[in-house]
Amino acid sequence: MSVAAPIAEPEMEKPSSPPLSSAPTELTPDFSKLEDAPEWFQSRARAAWEEFQALPMPGLRDEHWRYSQSKNLSLDGLHLAGETTEAEKQAAMEGSKGLSHVAARLIFLNDRLIHSQTDGLEHGVVVLPFAEALRTHGDVLQQYLMKRKADLGSEKFAALHLAHVRAGAVVLAPKNAVLKAPIEIFHWVSGVNSLVFPHTLIVAGDHAQVTVLDHHASLRDEVAQSVAVADFVAGNGSHITYVNSQELADSARALHISSTTVARDAQVKALQLQLGASFARSESVSDLAGEGSRSDMLGVSLPFSSQIVDMRTLQNHLAPRTYSDLLYKNALYDKTRTIFSGLINVADGAHYTDAYQKCRNLLNSADSEAVSMPGLEINADQVKCSHGATSAPISEDELFYLKARGIPDQESRQLIAIGFVEDVISRLGHEELIESLDRRIEEKFARQAA
Amino acid sequence: MSVETPDIADIRADSVGDFYFPENHVYDAGYGLSEKTIDYICDVKNDPDWVREFRKKALKVFEEKPMPTHWATTDLNNIKFEEFRYYLAGDRKAKRSWDDVPEEVKKTFERLGIPEQERKFLAGVEAQYDSEAAYSNVKKVVEEQGVIFMNSTEALQQHPEIFRKWFGKVIPTGDNKFSALNSAVFSGGSFIYIPPGVKVKHPLQAYFRINSEQFGQFERTLIIADEGAEVMYMEGCTAPKFETATLHSAVVELVAMKGAKIQYVTVQNWSSNVFNLVTKRGIAHEDAEVRWIDCNIGSRLTMKYPGVVMKGRRARGEVISIALANTGQHQDTGAKMIHAADETTSNVISKSISIGKGRATYRGLVHIPKHLKGCKNNTECDALLINSSSRTDTYPAINVRGNEHATQHEASVSQVSAEQIFYMQQRGLSEAEAMSLSVNGFINDLVREFPMEYSVELKRLIDLEMEGSVG
Repeated sequence: MSVAAPIAEPEMEKPSSPPLSSAPTELTPDFSKLEDAPEWFQSRARAAWEEFQALPMPGLRDEHWRYSQSKNLSLDGLHLAGETTEAEKQAAMEGSKGLSHVAARLIFLNDRLIHSQTDGLEHGVVVLPFAEALRTHGDVLQQYLMKRKADLGSEKFAALHLAHVRAGAVVLAPKNAVLKAPIEIFHWVSGVNSLVFPHTLIVAGDHAQVTVLDHHASLRDEVAQSVAVADFVAGNGSHITYVNSQELADSARALHISSTTVARDAQVKALQLQLGASFARSESVSDLAGEGSRSDMLGVSLPFSSQIVDMRTLQNHLAPRTYSDLLYKNALYDKTRTIFSGLINVADGAHYTDAYQKCRNLLNSADSEAVSMPGLEINADQVKCSHGATSAPISEDELFYLKARGIPDQESRQLIAIGFVEDVISRLGHEELIESLDRRIEEKFARQAA
Repeated sequence: MSVETPDIADIRADSVGDFYFPENHVYDAGYGLSEKTIDYICDVKNDPDWVREFRKKALKVFEEKPMPTHWATTDLNNIKFEEFRYYLAGDRKAKRSWDDVPEEVKKTFERLGIPEQERKFLAGVEAQYDSEAAYSNVKKVVEEQGVIFMNSTEALQQHPEIFRKWFGKVIPTGDNKFSALNSAVFSGGSFIYIPPGVKVKHPLQAYFRINSEQFGQFERTLIIADEGAEVMYMEGCTAPKFETATLHSAVVELVAMKGAKIQYVTVQNWSSNVFNLVTKRGIAHEDAEVRWIDCNIGSRLTMKYPGVVMKGRRARGEVISIALANTGQHQDTGAKMIHAADETTSNVISKSISIGKGRATYRGLVHIPKHLKGCKNNTECDALLINSSSRTDTYPAINVRGNEHATQHEASVSQVSAEQIFYMQQRGLSEAEAMSLSVNGFINDLVREFPMEYSVELKRLIDLEMEGSVG
């Protein structure tokens, strides 16, 4: 135990595993399928596979996995998601009833595109499946594909993703293109022990505006794993709104690694909604690279049963006069755990930074556990930075107020929890998106009540 | 070894304690750390067999434990343990009156203003010069109350029944690498026992200083306040500057029995070449209270996270902490609050000031395990940055289980308000004076928690540190 942590932290794992020089053969990429891909992509995929094999699984001494365990994302016994039946495709199509008005909708099942609807796109915005984007917009992908190194603990998984990525959505919004309707993407997984690698890349040109809603879902309640990567590049004065709605089955496991680069006067809002999976981890980095840039990092989790939600964030202020605001709220039930570890980093010279970070936990059971690790690293003096973290049960006064008006206890508690997370959702400022997420939250409560 | 002594008049008083006097050591364990070093210390100190065994086991733990650089600064790797001397003593017997204290030690203390403070405020003084107490004076009134106040070496021999019961129980040898190091070579420090119901009116005090190049000081303090007892203990540190790094690694254990209250006050002002790696922890039983009031100034690297284990119902823990980091200094301080019983409450208030290229870090842990009820924690961290190259970090960890607790943590980072400085300059203050006043205002509510003579000294120390930081 270190000087900093005298108490045995729960569920200690064994020290780091040795490097996976002998990675499961089921996970070996078939590079022959990449023959049509650009040369640069082939070499990057091969290099990523080498890197994956060389890197050890994160272990006990890795600060990015403090209070968590990488074994929750163990790759043992997993295989690349395989072909699916017509019935499964049909089920995925039926399950993809999302927003009523979209500019485009892509549906993937086991990393294969099964539906593409792009008739609502305008102003030159393109939404392409990953494989097609490699062929038609290879230069853009070469410039932006996973250029921001994952550095919040899952470097090994990011390398595995790059070695395998074949599916996902590439959204390219040219200069001044303002797309009012959102783009919706579904990533379905099917088959016991299936492993999928959903990818999302959004590049917004100067003053462009685009909204993307990503769903990650399971066809059935079975063990499966999603290793997703999402990168957002916001040009000068552009606006990107992104939601990752993780709705995988309770037996599945989810990892979502995202990075944001915000240029001068640009704004990016990104929300992580964690509803499913036995273990869900999100790693979100936001680089505020241009003066006047703004990043809103939002998170909501509603774990039930024995779910674990592990959230790691970095607000990286690299330029002067940048603004970031992080709000993560977790409502915990049963024997669940949430781990929030966030860092505000203000680089040398990034003066006039205004950064805030808040993590609030609503503990609804005696066996729930919330860990909060909000952090600051400040290397400039002309700054306004603060953070807060709270953990508390439902206020007895609020409960009394509702019950006094005839609302039963269970319903009152649910109302309070929904209200608790609602102020995060409402920050999206997009009515249809908010309604859609609210509906999914209510469905989750309904499932738990049943 | 001896050090060439400059004329007192030639010494630049860059900060309090930035001077040294010739060394004159009767006992010297030599450089490096091995079982032989342990045997030497045990032989000189007449340690009983269990202590010898304890030390040797600790040495093994120290050697096995890696440096905690996976979370802490890699500057720790610059500590060359083999280049330190682990035991030096000028005179192994604690002096009973001021007249018996060697003249050179007196001069040192006089420069620090100790005798004056002693006359005014102190009930008992335990001043440590290198590894041993050079002066010990317990007022009659305190003795009459049944209070035991002596150095740890004496306590080990005179009160083994109390000492052994609690020694190493609050901070086990294997707690961390530096507590293991201390357990292997500990020497000096204070032992205090307050009998049931006794409330010591005056603060008890001890001063530690390092006066040997490449010399590590490893005092071990154990304070036990029996049921309903109350005590305030004050500790101050200064060190003369040398060109090579100096190591200070203390262990402080506090035990507050049912309804007892212990306040432990530290004002530390090490010179910029000292590695100050300290483990401090208290246990608070039912209705007891442990308060750490900590001020860290100077040192190359300070790592210190005072902790309270709230073991009994309604126990209270508090850490009030001020850190000031100037160029070449890293204050890595914080607090640990371990709730281990129902209805326990803890409070952490930490303020840091970074000047020049100084770095201040807050590292905290709040742990509320499951099956407890009604625990509360409040943590506030505020950091002030003076120059553009100043740095501050905050790394709290709050772990709460169950739905019957409330925790809140808040931290802020800011700089001295330009409007404030302008306002004061309008009223005739220089920029430096205005800055100093502003900084003192920033920590004023915490400084008030310190005993009066300390708060005066603290303000003076801050003024000294602020000199030349603006303009």
